[in-house]
Amino acid sequence: MTHQIEEIETFSFDDIHKAEAKIIVSRYPEGRQASAVLPLLDLAQRQNAGWLSTAAMNYVADFLEMPAIRVYEVASFYTMYNLKPVGKYFVQVCTTTPCALRGCERILETCREELGIEVGETTLDNKFTLQEVECLGACVNAPMMQIGDDYYEDLDPESTKAVLNALKKDEVPKPGPQSERNGSEPAGGLTTLTSKTGAKV
Amino acid sequence: MLKDSDRIFNNLYGLNDWHLAGARKRGDWDGTREIMEKGRDWIIEEVKTSGLRGRGGAGFPSGLKWSFMPKEPTGRPHYLVVNADEGEPGTCKDRDMIRNDPHKLVEGCLLAGFGMGANAAYIYIRGEFYREAEHLQTAIDEAYEEGLIGKDACGSGYDFDVYVHRGAGAYICGEEMALIESLEGKKGMPRLKPPFPAAMGLYGCPTTVNNVETIAVTPTILRRGSEWFSSLGRENNTGTKVFCISGHVNNPCNVEEEMGISLKDLIEKHAGGVISGWDNLKAIIPGGASVPMIPKSICDTVLMDFDSLKEVRSGLGTAAVIVMNQSADVVAAIARLSKFYKHESCGQCTPCREGTGWMWRVMERLVVGDAEVEEIDTLLDVASQVEGHTICALGDAAAWPIQGLVRHFRFEIEERINSRKEKAAA
Repeated sequence: MTHQIEEIETFSFDDIHKAEAKIIVSRYPEGRQASAVLPLLDLAQRQNAGWLSTAAMNYVADFLEMPAIRVYEVASFYTMYNLKPVGKYFVQVCTTTPCALRGCERILETCREELGIEVGETTLDNKFTLQEVECLGACVNAPMMQIGDDYYEDLDPESTKAVLNALKKDEVPKPGPQSERNGSEPAGGLTTLTSKTGAKV
Repeated sequence: MLKDSDRIFNNLYGLNDWHLAGARKRGDWDGTREIMEKGRDWIIEEVKTSGLRGRGGAGFPSGLKWSFMPKEPTGRPHYLVVNADEGEPGTCKDRDMIRNDPHKLVEGCLLAGFGMGANAAYIYIRGEFYREAEHLQTAIDEAYEEGLIGKDACGSGYDFDVYVHRGAGAYICGEEMALIESLEGKKGMPRLKPPFPAAMGLYGCPTTVNNVETIAVTPTILRRGSEWFSSLGRENNTGTKVFCISGHVNNPCNVEEEMGISLKDLIEKHAGGVISGWDNLKAIIPGGASVPMIPKSICDTVLMDFDSLKEVRSGLGTAAVIVMNQSADVVAAIARLSKFYKHESCGQCTPCREGTGWMWRVMERLVVGDAEVEEIDTLLDVASQVEGHTICALGDAAAWPIQGLVRHFRFEIEERINSRKEKAAA
């Protein structure tokens, strides 16, 4: 820990995030603003290049009139909060059983090779961080990974490479299934919902 | 096979417009006020007679659950909390309902909320579903703009708010008491029951927590009638269900089918069959990671509903069907789930905090056969000491997959241990 840096570091919401924070707080009853701690930590993380500094957590604590320790507790409990800096593109490969059965190991291996880093590491140019994660809830489109806010599904080593290469050039690859599929329908052609507009009930 | 006209989620694959205009074309928000005019009691009675059982895994009768809410205002707010913290490995149905049919959920919040006398609904959606939360928020905004929710919802005279709350990555928050804690801005650690949420839930107020699918099917049940719903499936296991079929099938997919469809039909008709054929099937986890696996001999004939799967000592759970053919290493598959539970244990109860790690370490050794045969019994013993000895069901969920594996594939684990010993001796 570099305590000196911690001390001089400051954080406060910019106007856009402050306005959004106020909307979020308004969703909870008077006096229950602590409910907003999860979404506000997320906002702070977004403004702070993808991770939560102590200053950012303290700011959220003040904003919600909560003891700082309660905010640290929350920030360290939930996996989506990064307590260390991460790369611009946070690559999270799911390796739980449904993805494992569909070959996620090859996806992880492709990421390692393409990015030249191990799981948990960040590239020297701070562009990519690679992480292994638990089930992300897209199991019928396995194997898959999440990068930033988007899911990339139905992956194979080639499409994984294509996604990473696009990001290396700061292009935004099309999220969702990297196959011909639109979503979770069977690849071999629809077996249900075959009428064009969707049946009226 | 279920007819398309009997399917509730008619935009499950997102091939059509998910916005309000598209949803209305598919029949959502049609006659909502008229349904509300029939009254609270009518709604609860109708859901009771439909036979709807909770779609989040436990299968508790939904109408009965709603009837536990106070009949009269208590002077405190009453809440409906929708559990959209979908994280049970294998399960990805709520995601599709939220991104492709969000208005079914929003309308369901109003009707179920009105039925149980709630003033507001919070939809707790897992944080990773960022794009899905965007769709949901847009659908809620559209409903507010049209006066469908908010003050005088649908012109019914009833005020009802709907809010989205994003989680931040914790499987345990899918447990209803942990979810409530999390919604209050705390670590997601389950609370002891009683008191049950209907008496003391969110902010200490009467609360009902329901899965996305349970709430999203409600408007259609109320529009088409409980008789229609209960005519599908079989007694005590009525209606339709969205199944998620993953793993070793030719065409993994989500599909809405009739409750009680045979497992074999489900896979062969919709998922293109098992890779290399049905005869190459080894085992299936039929209801999400937490339920015990069943071997092919049971898969051949079992029906996909709560009671049928319970009879074969497994469960319908979330109806996430994880298929493993002969190429799968079933021991490794379960060991990976053990790692999952170790990762997701909140650490509150000692049997779960210590037990999940211990079981995972033994499972990892069993994968390579680096153990004594007697250790299988020790593992079962520990699993049974975790099961039923924790505040929430995560402990059970960690024990069941291991128990299922040993029940059906003990010989395979023993073989692995013995062959490693033989190799070492040679």
